Amino acid sequence: MTTAVATPRATIGSSDASRKRRRRTSLRAWLYAAPATAVLILLFVIPLGLAVWMSLHDWPLLGDAPTLNFPANYAEIPDERLFTAAVGFTVKYTAIIAVVLLTLSLGLALLIQESKRRGTGVLRTVFFLPVVTGLTTAALLFLGLLSPSAGPVDDILAWFGISVDFLGDPTWALISTVVMMTWRFAGFYMIILLAGLQAIPTELYEAAAIDGANKWRALRSVTIPLLRSTLALCTVLIVTGGLVAFEQFYVLTRGGPDNSTVTMVMTIFRQAFSQFNLGMAAAMSVVVLLGLVLLNMLQLRLMRDKDEVA
Amino acid sequence: MTATWTPTPDSTTPARLPLSIPTTARAARSGAGRRALRIAGVVLVVVLVIFFVGPIFWVVWGSIRNDGALSGANYARLVTYGEGLGTYLANTGVVVLLTVVGSLVVSVLAGYAFARLAFPGSKALFVGILAILMVPHTSLLIPLYIWLDRLSLGNSLVGVSLVMIMYQMPFSVFMMRNAFESVPPELEEAALMDGCSPFGALRRVVLPAVAPGTITVALFAFLASWNEFVTPLILLSDGNKYTLPLALVNLVQGDWGMIDFGALQAGIIISAAPCIALFFFLQRAFVNGFTNGAVKG
Repeated sequence: MTTAVATPRATIGSSDASRKRRRRTSLRAWLYAAPATAVLILLFVIPLGLAVWMSLHDWPLLGDAPTLNFPANYAEIPDERLFTAAVGFTVKYTAIIAVVLLTLSLGLALLIQESKRRGTGVLRTVFFLPVVTGLTTAALLFLGLLSPSAGPVDDILAWFGISVDFLGDPTWALISTVVMMTWRFAGFYMIILLAGLQAIPTELYEAAAIDGANKWRALRSVTIPLLRSTLALCTVLIVTGGLVAFEQFYVLTRGGPDNSTVTMVMTIFRQAFSQFNLGMAAAMSVVVLLGLVLLNMLQLRLMRDKDEVA
Repeated sequence: MTATWTPTPDSTTPARLPLSIPTTARAARSGAGRRALRIAGVVLVVVLVIFFVGPIFWVVWGSIRNDGALSGANYARLVTYGEGLGTYLANTGVVVLLTVVGSLVVSVLAGYAFARLAFPGSKALFVGILAILMVPHTSLLIPLYIWLDRLSLGNSLVGVSLVMIMYQMPFSVFMMRNAFESVPPELEEAALMDGCSPFGALRRVVLPAVAPGTITVALFAFLASWNEFVTPLILLSDGNKYTLPLALVNLVQGDWGMIDFGALQAGIIISAAPCIALFFFLQRAFVNGFTNGAVKG
């Protein structure tokens, strides 16, 4: 009886102490998390809010104070020919780069997967090396490589009697950029796909071989299905990266020839720093941002569903 | 040679032989086919190797040649280009140093809090940090341009570094949280029993255990800030504050049609060399960082 009465009292007392201890722990935790929180709020949350706020205003880069003009910035976006053309071009570029990069990186990953084979370590390094050079550095490197006056590519093609205007022709400017991006990023996706490949149990391949499957069949029926979530992740990364493409075109093609390689992000910066219309640029940013967030959510949902089925 | 194949007496799989008796013609065809396939494979690998390392060899070779002779003239011209290579390297160095140190401070402390201390609001904070991944960085740059100016950090290397620390946070905090989670709490408890203060235990016992994580965070912060182009392009307006990538792109845009390709090649080498050197020193950290951050993030 007495113990039955005493026990709750004891727990009340100890819970009081533990609550105090918990409060002290959470205070210490927030102290540790304070720098991250400060960076998050000051450099992410506030600028994000400011982007939305700016998009509702006529916000000149210089001179007059901002004035509310919602929904003019948004309503005028469809009339911006350069922007609507840029949306089409960016989507086209993203589709091309996704197919090219996924195919080549998967091929490279399969090539270097069998570590028993001699030279795979060297090959892995060779394919990965461009990944460590910066994107701008890589774009400048290809600018030199493809330039008719300085680069070797023109001279090599001349031996075969071929002459290509790599950066001066709209189609070739796009192809050149895709080749440069493939050079820069194939090794990156190769490493991610390699990690996925190595997670597939070898017994499955043995079982497939016993069932009489050749290499091609094993790739189609074992590798690809089991690699689906890794492939989906790579697709998300490539698509997201493609839709916000900027540096590769800014450096390599400068949006040319004839504005044929202007991307969405490029028009945003032109709107801000050449047309001096920050409100409109912010509205375009918000549109791109919402589009990407929706796309990301859709892709993540699809990935999760597939994982559950698998 | 006879037209039919006769099993050798020491054949190890007699039971399956009838199914796979090849005719001479078929054997020859598959032998030649296999050889052709192998040659095609070798050619393919050679082409791939040339594609991936050829550009690097070309730029190294080009940077040390001038008028057909080996010389350091390209580098010499680059040194005196614009505000001077020294200025650009110093600016880049400031951004890199602040970004690496800042990323480490932010992620070690926050990573520890997330891994070890259950605190109210931790989930919201973690989701907030991961949300940085969902938002294209370029959409933040225009408001950041205005906002940093309000904070008197406009057109400054500190402002660029702070933005870089923010970009790196999803990766760096995630990396450090995982690193701390992989250290058994008993290790720390033992240190506390032995008389360490909580902070002392963190510094003396836990930090050494998470060293691989901190190396990866530092490495990725270095690479990102050393190579970043768009952020300084938007946030910096004075030529004497330009970082190396910005100065190199300017070198190209300076006189249209009159690009100094020799100096550009030298610049490419200078901007790629530290990254390639680090890669060879820290291969494991590179690969772990890419696969960890990617597969889980």
